[in-house]
Amino acid sequence: MTKADIVEKIYERVGFSKKESAELVETVFDIIKNTLEGGDKIKIAGFGNFVVKEKADRRGRNPQTGEEITISARKILTFKPSQVLKSSLNKE
Amino acid sequence: MNKSELSETLAVKYGLSLKKAEEVVTAIFDTLTEALGTGERIEIRGFGSFVVNDYKAYTGRNPKTGEAIEVKPKKLPFFKVGKDLRERVGH
Repeated sequence: MTKADIVEKIYERVGFSKKESAELVETVFDIIKNTLEGGDKIKIAGFGNFVVKEKADRRGRNPQTGEEITISARKILTFKPSQVLKSSLNKE
Repeated sequence: MNKSELSETLAVKYGLSLKKAEEVVTAIFDTLTEALGTGERIEIRGFGSFVVNDYKAYTGRNPKTGEAIEVKPKKLPFFKVGKDLRERVGH
């Protein structure tokens, strides 16, 4: 499934034109991305949470050369699926 | 930001009633949930992708009591952040 398929579903379900549906889907993901970029989390009940986590510096190793390196501090985006989503994948 | 705040932001940004904005946001996440339910992979350009991984049954252990337990086969969803968003978040 791609963004185009999501747009098609929104078009079928919510009753906007195809053009509006495409803009709406784009806008929703833009809002989500801007929020996460600002370091805030996105919590979608029934689906899951997108959270930006801060990782501290840590020591690692180049697996090819065995050389020790410092992996710099960074922010990473994680997704934790909700219990509802997990159960819906495992029903029957 | 939670789902209602996302709907409110969409309503303001797009000039939509709150009710319609909520319908759109709900329809998007329902669509994603249904696709994952059939095991389908989702790829959203500029955002990331979702996949469902299958796990076989295995014998696990209750970490508190050490008791052996049968873990049934299960499916779990995973999200992989897209390159653009990873860079935007990680700066």
